[in-house]
Amino acid sequence: MTLLRAEGLALVRGQRLLFEGLDLSLQQGEALHIVGPNGSGKSSLIRLVAGLLKPAAGRIERADAALADEGLALDRELPLLRALAFWNGPRLADALNIFDLDRLADVPVRLLSTGQAKRARLARVMASGTPLWLFDEPLNGLDKDGAGQLAAVIAAHRDKGGAVLAASHLPMAGEWRTLELGN
Amino acid sequence: MANAGVGQLIGAIAWREIRRGLTGAAWLPVAFFLLVATIVPFAVGPDARLLARIGGGTLWIAALTAALLPIERLIEPDRADGVLDQLALTGMAEEAVGAAKIIGHWLTFGPLLLIAAVPASFLVGLDGAALGRSLISLAVGTPALAALAVGVAALTAGLPRAGSLAGLLLMPIAVPLVIFGAAATGDGESSALKLEAAVALMTVAGAPFVTGAAIRASRT
Repeated sequence: MTLLRAEGLALVRGQRLLFEGLDLSLQQGEALHIVGPNGSGKSSLIRLVAGLLKPAAGRIERADAALADEGLALDRELPLLRALAFWNGPRLADALNIFDLDRLADVPVRLLSTGQAKRARLARVMASGTPLWLFDEPLNGLDKDGAGQLAAVIAAHRDKGGAVLAASHLPMAGEWRTLELGN
Repeated sequence: MANAGVGQLIGAIAWREIRRGLTGAAWLPVAFFLLVATIVPFAVGPDARLLARIGGGTLWIAALTAALLPIERLIEPDRADGVLDQLALTGMAEEAVGAAKIIGHWLTFGPLLLIAAVPASFLVGLDGAALGRSLISLAVGTPALAALAVGVAALTAGLPRAGSLAGLLLMPIAVPLVIFGAAATGDGESSALKLEAAVALMTVAGAPFVTGAAIRASRT
């Protein structure tokens, strides 16, 4: 089953054409790694697929998706568990467990470190139970353990028929197709 | 998150507004409202007849300026932190987000303002019947003020000096509401209250759509 199909995508940012005629497709179990130099439109492509930007041309069809980008989107004054629970993820308990956030459940979000906040974003994506995961620089701020947990979670998600689209300047663990932007 | 009902999410957003409002920021407009009502007798003098004549208008000016205070915290923090983006990913329409924000904001703004309007009425010399008319007029008007605040907050989210800009934007739009609202405090016979209700209804009905379109337009 196709979880993402995009045809003839073009994106203009600030009167500059970042890419055009871009086709994307993700089947169940697939993962696509978007690479390219800074400013080549990796993050913008993620936001296009998420539906947060409108393409200048082309169309996108996708399954339900979850996104982890630079926005934390958690109430700073709440304990982590309650802040994440706002997003209603059906698999929240599993996600907290896997990303080693259990022991931080009662800690206010504002006290989390960069890496812990990153794990919280990733945990929200996993907890969402959606088939299509979108990551913008998922490895930034993660330590080695965190990167390992992410790789394991992505592998399990793909085994169960999910798909992942990630923009990252770091290599992603596992087998990924690569899409290079900015040529 | 995609299977959560929209109604449930609207409730969650509204509740979140209330929780965040009542733990601090919601008390500021109320204090400001009382302060304006306190200052007017100092400015125009202690003539009770004069005060009673301008009392209704004074309450409305106080309510309108108090409505400006929360604008900067209504939409912009959620835009900057990605909350609005994450809500979009759940499949929730921006208009529904706007409606939920308006409900939540009014619940922290309207009732507190109405309670504060009682002492404020005494400060500006409104007696029994006029006090009742003022409370009804404000009760009908505050949902519209809350809706305008959320709409203007969305229109100015992410702009530099959004706070001042929001004031310039909100006050002219609120003119019809103030005209009929203030008139409804003075005269029980006229149809000012009905006209105020009509303006308020139109504002509350339109604001979610303005908010939704503004949230979408603010995405970069």
